Amino acid sequence: MLSSLRFSVILLIICGGFYPVLVTGIGQALFNYQANGSIIMGKDGKPIGSEHIAQAFDKDIYFQPRPSAAGPDGYDATQSGGSNLAPTNAKLISSVSDRVAAYRAKNGLAPNMPVPADAVTASGSGLDPDISPANAFLQVHRVATARNVPEQQVQAMVTQHIEGRTLGIFGEPRVNVLMLNLALDNMK
Amino acid sequence: MKKQSQTFNRDILVPALWRAVLKLDPRWMVRNPVMFVVEIGALLTLMLTIDPSIFGGLAASRIYNAVVTIILLLTVIFANFAEAVAEGRGRAQAAALRRVHKETQVKKLSQPKYRSKQELIASGELRKGDIFLVETGDTIPADGEVIEGTASVDESAITGESAPVIRESGGDRSAVTGGTRILSDWLIVKVTASPGEGFIERMIAMVESARRQKTPNEIALTALLAVLTLVFLLVCVTLVPFANFLKSPLDIATVIALLVCLIPTTIGALLSAIGIAGMDRLIQRNVIASSGRAVEAAGDVDVLLLDKTGTITLGNRQAVDFIPVGTASKCELAEAAQLASLADETPEGRSIVLLAKEMFGLRGDVDSFKEGSLHFVPFSAQTRMSGIDMEGNSIRKGASDAIIAYIDNQGKAVPVELNTILDTISHAGGTPLVVARNGEVLGVVHLKDIVKGGIKERFIEMRKMGIKTVMITGDNPLTAATIAAEAGVDDFMAQATPETKLKLIRDYQAGGRLVGMTGDGTNDAPALAQADVAVAMNTGTQPAREAANMIDLDSNPTKLIEIVEIGKQLLITRGAITTFSIANDVAKYFAIIPAMFIVLFGELRALNIMQLATPHSAILSAMIFNAIIIPILIPLALRGVTYRPSSAGKLLLRNIMIYGAGGVIAPFIGIKLIDLLIAPIIGGL
Amino acid sequence: MVIDILQWVIFWGVLLALVFPVGSYMAKVFTGGRTWFDPVMDPIDNFIYKLSGIDPKKQQRWPAYVKAMLIVNGVMFVLMFLVLELQTVLPLNPDHLGFVDPWLAFNTVSSFITNTNWQSYGGESTLSYFSQMFAIIFPMFTSAATGLACGMAFIRGLGGSVDMGNFYADLTRAITRIMLPIALVAGVVLVVLGVPSTFAGTQTVNTLNGPLAPAAVSPASQPSAEATSTPAPAPTATSQGQQNIARGLVAPLVSIKHAGTNGGGWFNANSSHPFENPNPITNMIENLLMALLPASLLYTLGIMLGRKKQAWIFFGVMAAFFLIFLVVAYAGEIQGNPLLTKVGVDSTQGNMEGKELRLGQGETALFVTSTTAFTTGSVDAMHDSLTPLASITPLSQMMLNMVFGGKGVGFINMIMFVILTVFLVGLMVGRTPEFLGKRIQVYEVKLASISFLMHPLLILGFMAITFALQLDLSSISNPGFHGLTQVLYAFTSASANNGSAFAGLNANTPWWNFSLGVVILLGRYISIVLMLALAGSLAAKKAVPVTSGTLQTDTGLFAGVLFVTIVIINLLSFFPALALGPLAEHFAMLAGKVF
Repeated sequence: MLSSLRFSVILLIICGGFYPVLVTGIGQALFNYQANGSIIMGKDGKPIGSEHIAQAFDKDIYFQPRPSAAGPDGYDATQSGGSNLAPTNAKLISSVSDRVAAYRAKNGLAPNMPVPADAVTASGSGLDPDISPANAFLQVHRVATARNVPEQQVQAMVTQHIEGRTLGIFGEPRVNVLMLNLALDNMK
Repeated sequence: MKKQSQTFNRDILVPALWRAVLKLDPRWMVRNPVMFVVEIGALLTLMLTIDPSIFGGLAASRIYNAVVTIILLLTVIFANFAEAVAEGRGRAQAAALRRVHKETQVKKLSQPKYRSKQELIASGELRKGDIFLVETGDTIPADGEVIEGTASVDESAITGESAPVIRESGGDRSAVTGGTRILSDWLIVKVTASPGEGFIERMIAMVESARRQKTPNEIALTALLAVLTLVFLLVCVTLVPFANFLKSPLDIATVIALLVCLIPTTIGALLSAIGIAGMDRLIQRNVIASSGRAVEAAGDVDVLLLDKTGTITLGNRQAVDFIPVGTASKCELAEAAQLASLADETPEGRSIVLLAKEMFGLRGDVDSFKEGSLHFVPFSAQTRMSGIDMEGNSIRKGASDAIIAYIDNQGKAVPVELNTILDTISHAGGTPLVVARNGEVLGVVHLKDIVKGGIKERFIEMRKMGIKTVMITGDNPLTAATIAAEAGVDDFMAQATPETKLKLIRDYQAGGRLVGMTGDGTNDAPALAQADVAVAMNTGTQPAREAANMIDLDSNPTKLIEIVEIGKQLLITRGAITTFSIANDVAKYFAIIPAMFIVLFGELRALNIMQLATPHSAILSAMIFNAIIIPILIPLALRGVTYRPSSAGKLLLRNIMIYGAGGVIAPFIGIKLIDLLIAPIIGGL
Repeated sequence: MVIDILQWVIFWGVLLALVFPVGSYMAKVFTGGRTWFDPVMDPIDNFIYKLSGIDPKKQQRWPAYVKAMLIVNGVMFVLMFLVLELQTVLPLNPDHLGFVDPWLAFNTVSSFITNTNWQSYGGESTLSYFSQMFAIIFPMFTSAATGLACGMAFIRGLGGSVDMGNFYADLTRAITRIMLPIALVAGVVLVVLGVPSTFAGTQTVNTLNGPLAPAAVSPASQPSAEATSTPAPAPTATSQGQQNIARGLVAPLVSIKHAGTNGGGWFNANSSHPFENPNPITNMIENLLMALLPASLLYTLGIMLGRKKQAWIFFGVMAAFFLIFLVVAYAGEIQGNPLLTKVGVDSTQGNMEGKELRLGQGETALFVTSTTAFTTGSVDAMHDSLTPLASITPLSQMMLNMVFGGKGVGFINMIMFVILTVFLVGLMVGRTPEFLGKRIQVYEVKLASISFLMHPLLILGFMAITFALQLDLSSISNPGFHGLTQVLYAFTSASANNGSAFAGLNANTPWWNFSLGVVILLGRYISIVLMLALAGSLAAKKAVPVTSGTLQTDTGLFAGVLFVTIVIINLLSFFPALALGPLAEHFAMLAGKVF
């Protein structure tokens, strides 16, 4: 019993203490940016967000990320999570239906035009930083109008920010909303 | 066809039906957990028939509950009927045995002497070790060993063989069986088994389910079936709160119907019948096993030790050739050999006479000789020769060393070529018999073991089944090897003694093999006791019969092979019906689950892949199928699954296709057909 | 679609290529062979043995092995419980997280000591860094190693040795030779690819957008929050134009979480969180990490028993289940939700509710299948929002609990099914059934069938109690059939020691924490003890030589029979529950019904 206790405590120190400290040490020393959460600094040197984490955008001058169920207002990076609504849950159908209407209205789409799924469904983490190129392109007109710049310019910016499949195989083509919006702000 | 008529004999069926009803007694039913659950289900639905809302929840109509009750009761009765029919066949045999085994008066002796004091007691009071006297016309009251006297005994009651047999003290024919009758003379017998433990009792016990001991495999299977029953009980009981949560309460009768359809009733109903029928098949082949365990072990046997003589070869050697030496002609040799064998009544002697007649038309005509001029010399242990002296000619035949010594004694020379011939014959697995006339070697008779017809094919089958055959013989290794090769056994043991036999068995067992053997002599007893499946000949000695776990009343050594097949067939039948039973459940789910919920959740209609008419007709069809499959399979359970010797892989593939795939498909068809039949009748029940 | 299939092919190709070296390496580790880590690790091992006063060479028979396993697990249980309960006074709590409710602590400790990693809590908002290290990362090693050790003891028993090894030595070697090296390398690789690893606390940032316009706030519906009944909420950081970004020692946790098939995430959103799984490559790495050891273990089994063909037969049966369920999951998701298509959503992306865009449907279906096949339980998409058809994949695999399974435990369950199959169909060859040359008799059949019974008993039994006594039913967040599925999923995940969840279910209540904790403990230890007893019994038996009359268990025919038997006996146990849950919901969805 006593030897089992000693045995357990030693393993606790190795696995729970030594190991994470070692990984963190290597990470902090060699890959400091990633190890601290890929935090992006603004021109003023203050952090404005993480490359990997979606943040809320509601202004027309910005591309908008996927809906979020993290926290009461969404995009709360201390309360990650999805809606966990069942496909047959009436709440899901009505809220998606509302978002479809809002998205069409906001971006001036025809009332019967199908809306990209990623634009109206909540992501798993609530912090999905990306939207699909299709979704981004549908927002170009609105953003360009609000920013009072030519559509082609915004369009080009989106195209430039499309991240393809890794090695052409893994994942989905996508556009990082924060990076795109940041680039737009830095454009002038 | 004969078996068929036995299965469905009116004399068996009618009482079996009655006994099936009697067996509804819960004290009896509790022995079979699966069917006991069905009986409790029937009781619950009976209560629901009287008061449909007795358990609260959703109340189904009285008529529906009543129909469910009746089908459940029938299911139980069918199960009991299967067992009763199986018992009935055994019982018919047992009853015949019992008739000869009725209470009689026994002349108990105080001392093992014919003239000692007698005391008349009832046969039931005999105990092991008691000594009794039986005389002409008496029925032997118990199994025992003859300690004095010689008598002819009618054993037809147990063997069916009407020719009387001789029983005498000492030697290999000293065992007597209770229930057999003395035809002439008398015997003093020592009881070796107390009443109730004798042969016939054991035989009856094997075929009566009340007294039958479950075999290890049967216990394991019962355990598995009990766990499966528990799983299904769990599935069905938990369905009630699930349904309530979904606001679709279930009626209890339907839940019970689902439960009964799912639990393995088919195998549960037939398991006992299969076991009894297996024993019965053994008894029909005149083999009595001391336990079901032994029969099951027979199916597992890896190694069969077979006595050469009687099992592999015909009992005796036969002359196949005459080989002359020196100046003698073949015909001359044949004539001399024939003359020397005329008085030799051994099968070898007769075969020499026969061969000479076949080859040269010699008739061995000795009538022409004058009375007194002819003198037969019988075989004696000292000289190890036999022969004839006539008109100055002295002919001798015998084993080579005996004749060579005889010639040396007379100061004559042995021809040099003789040794070559002797060696040739030995190498060929034969036994040479040297013939000499007046001290001159005429030649050699080639005696040979004759392998039984068809035995080689049996061994090939055995090999396919993965069973190793080992020939046991007292012959020298050379002879043994030749016969072994000719018969196609896998291995042999030459110059076997009781000790080497025992050691061989132990060696095989240490390697994890199960060994089967037959034996008859007292010196076989240790090996028989060590073997896993030991078959004693009924003609054998009492020690041998006691050491064995099976006794062959026909005393046919080849029977061991049949016993192995019966053991395998028993296991296969059990496995096949179990597989069938469980495979059946898939279809039943697709019948009942949609039916249970279809009213509230129309979307589950998609699962009603059989397109059954109404929920009630679907549930009842599944239940009816579940019930009638039992009587439909009774003949299969009793006859056993057809068994053809082949490798495990082939057997598995074949049986999986028939009983596994068939078990999945059959109920889909069956339930659909029943639904088509009953849907119009029950309508809106 | 072609690309998705290509992803699967690459996954399987890489996995198969790794199975050989890793499998034979593990065989070496557990048969005392020499390995490259010996010069570094031998002193560490000896230090551990010496300090704790253990003789690593002392052989244990199964009862002693089980006893050592239970005692060590018990001691660790207490240590972890103390760490959680003392979180507020212990160091490394930069975000000042509060006291952990004892029921939650019981559930969490039960869950992590058993490799289940069911989480009734949200990691970033409940546990301090100290707790994450010593009550989460620590048992991620030891629970995986415990499973691995028991698996090795089981193999030794099957191999005919009544001495099943030494639990302490097996546990130590599993950690120092297998878990630590893999976790270290993978952990650093994950950092490079963007997974944080820092002792720094939450990073607060001012967002680019600034405060949100009040009207624009349109949160996705929260499952438990009834918008109408709650008073106007206090302004959140989000609405104020701020974001608090939780961080921590994510990479070391995520690395061992998958390598040890644990599954518990640093964050509530688990591997769908961009910090735990920032891109498709990390997703593939995590997928491979969780598959690596369970798949390789079969090769180890083949080597240690000297029956590679037998091992590949098991591998084949497991892989067949895996591929079928992968296709089911993918087919369910790729068509999208027809109810949403009807309100104007483009279905070409498939069902995107609860999914991360970057990972794609192909890799997500693969992850859903892997995490429940290899009993990891981490998720890269919200299973609660899967289409009903797709949800059959995780549910069924957890019910089967033998599609590779976790380390050690998966093939132990497989052997249980093999024994039942051998007994059920083996009789049909006319011999007492045998497996690996040992006769399967009453004792083995009883142990295997009770072990089989446990899973449905725990799942269906606890579901029935919950529903019948109406215990905390308000935790169920989705109405209708899906509500039943949520409960089914929770108890199945607990009993299978998987840990993934239909996360809408609010399991942080006394009943759910208690009942799931109990199911987790029983689901883990009963079957391990029963099956080690079974191995002990087989080991003590005389081996029966193989003849042509023997039912061979290493043939394609047997593989087929085994597959079908597993399907049927599990279908029989779980079909009604599946019919009333996902199947009914699926047909309802097709019929356009909502709840």
